[in-house]
Amino acid sequence: MDNRRDIHTALEAVYETHSRRVLATLIRLLGDFDQAEEALQDAFAAAVDQWPRKGMPDNPRAWLVSAGRFKAIDRLRRASRQDQLLTGHTVIAPVPEREPAEAAETGDVDDDQLRLIFICCHPALTLDARVALTLREVCGLTTEQVASACLARPATIAQRIVRAKRKIRDAGIPYEVPDRSELPARLEGVLRVVYLVFNEGYSASSGDHLTRPDLSREAIRLGRLLEELLPDPEVRGLLALMLLQESRRHARTDSAGELVRLEDQDRELWDRNLITEGIERVNRIIRAGRFGSYTIQAAIAAVHARAKRPIDTDWQEIVSLYDILLRLEPSPVVALNRAVAVAMARGPEAGLVELDQADENGQLDDYYLSHAARADFCQRLGRIGDARQAYKRALSLTRQGPEQRFLAGRLKSLAPEDEKSCRNLERDVEK
Amino acid sequence: MKYVCLVYADEYRLHSQPESPEDAECMAFSETQKAAGRVVGGEALEPIATATTVRVRGDEVSVSDGPFAETKEQLAGFYLIEARDLNEAIRFASKIPPARVGSIEVRPVRSLEP
Repeated sequence: MDNRRDIHTALEAVYETHSRRVLATLIRLLGDFDQAEEALQDAFAAAVDQWPRKGMPDNPRAWLVSAGRFKAIDRLRRASRQDQLLTGHTVIAPVPEREPAEAAETGDVDDDQLRLIFICCHPALTLDARVALTLREVCGLTTEQVASACLARPATIAQRIVRAKRKIRDAGIPYEVPDRSELPARLEGVLRVVYLVFNEGYSASSGDHLTRPDLSREAIRLGRLLEELLPDPEVRGLLALMLLQESRRHARTDSAGELVRLEDQDRELWDRNLITEGIERVNRIIRAGRFGSYTIQAAIAAVHARAKRPIDTDWQEIVSLYDILLRLEPSPVVALNRAVAVAMARGPEAGLVELDQADENGQLDDYYLSHAARADFCQRLGRIGDARQAYKRALSLTRQGPEQRFLAGRLKSLAPEDEKSCRNLERDVEK
Repeated sequence: MKYVCLVYADEYRLHSQPESPEDAECMAFSETQKAAGRVVGGEALEPIATATTVRVRGDEVSVSDGPFAETKEQLAGFYLIEARDLNEAIRFASKIPPARVGSIEVRPVRSLEP
């Protein structure tokens, strides 16, 4: 009896560790997402039935692949007997036949997971579809879980996934790891999806809750998986960046769910383990000498993480890192962040000069953080009127409850211009 | 699989930009790709001012000038290609010279149900 219970526990563990990999291999062998899903379920059903009686196989993963494939072929045969035709079932570019047991033993299995990641993040799919498909197929979330993570109805997500799979089939998106010449660009696309998932969890773009921790955890898991499969410096850099940002999660909001700025955060709440891991990772990548913008962003996060108090922050170091980042990735948003660092290192006046330069062509005009930064610089310079105007503009540009309340709070902290208009503003924000 | 690569570009910009392709370059590209067996067919098109639109509604054939949609980019040419999958088709599309000034829409060919 105990033995049977052990096998059930073992089965759950096998499901946890292997189900996504088995699925990835089955997609390759069967050339179809939905058939592979069904085959995966069949394989585990067979395992539940057989393992308690016959014992665990030596190589559970190979067993499951083999069983799933067998069940799928069986299903196809039955279907073909029923309607006397077996056509058009291979929809993803076919892969040469080989013994699944053998395939499961070789590096192909890792490649299958990479293939799955690359097909789910293919740039021919909409960004929404890439996120949903990755969470569903690579992370193994249920449609309901994906829906709640993306603040969408399950029916919407289900439809999004069905459409994406149809496009994969009809447009002929192949189940392959891109070749070397295309890998950097395609990997960048994958990392973008991973970071988007992380950020949706870390700083939800809409809704009343600032963060959705499950999504960030999934993104970090994805990052670790990618690193295992494809140890590229930028994969490592993104993982380090996510770890360091995640370390501040509990300090980023107060008990009422309000946003707490970095300088006001209780640093005791920062997760030391994540910080240690993040900093070690950043150091290792930089020592190796090949890195890109995710690594530099991680290095900036590491400077903050190292400071025991806000006043200990090495802002000069941060400005230097932004100089590098701006060279790697020239963008107004990076320039804006650099302006904020300059204001900290050399004072708000210098910050304003940099900010004006960053917004030279008005590209930051609709970006609330640009106005929030301007407001902060002006406030520190005692230019209260300018600060008020900039806070108001920032407020009008953000849709997030906590961000809005934070800005309204800052606005209120300025010498009151007119009590009534502040109150009106607060009321607007509450809505 | 068969794909069509539809070449879209702003007609006024197509031939006037520093990176605009010359006809000779397009011909050379097309010839090489045909020789390699990748291209089944393809042509460059006269400007949209030469276009005529035909519709049949009931028994009426109506003929009018130009395409009815106002778009920033116009169809300037097309290729019909044979490719293993979308990635190969994308690789082909990225080498079409006018891709540098316009854009290429890659569409799988749908086989008609008999």
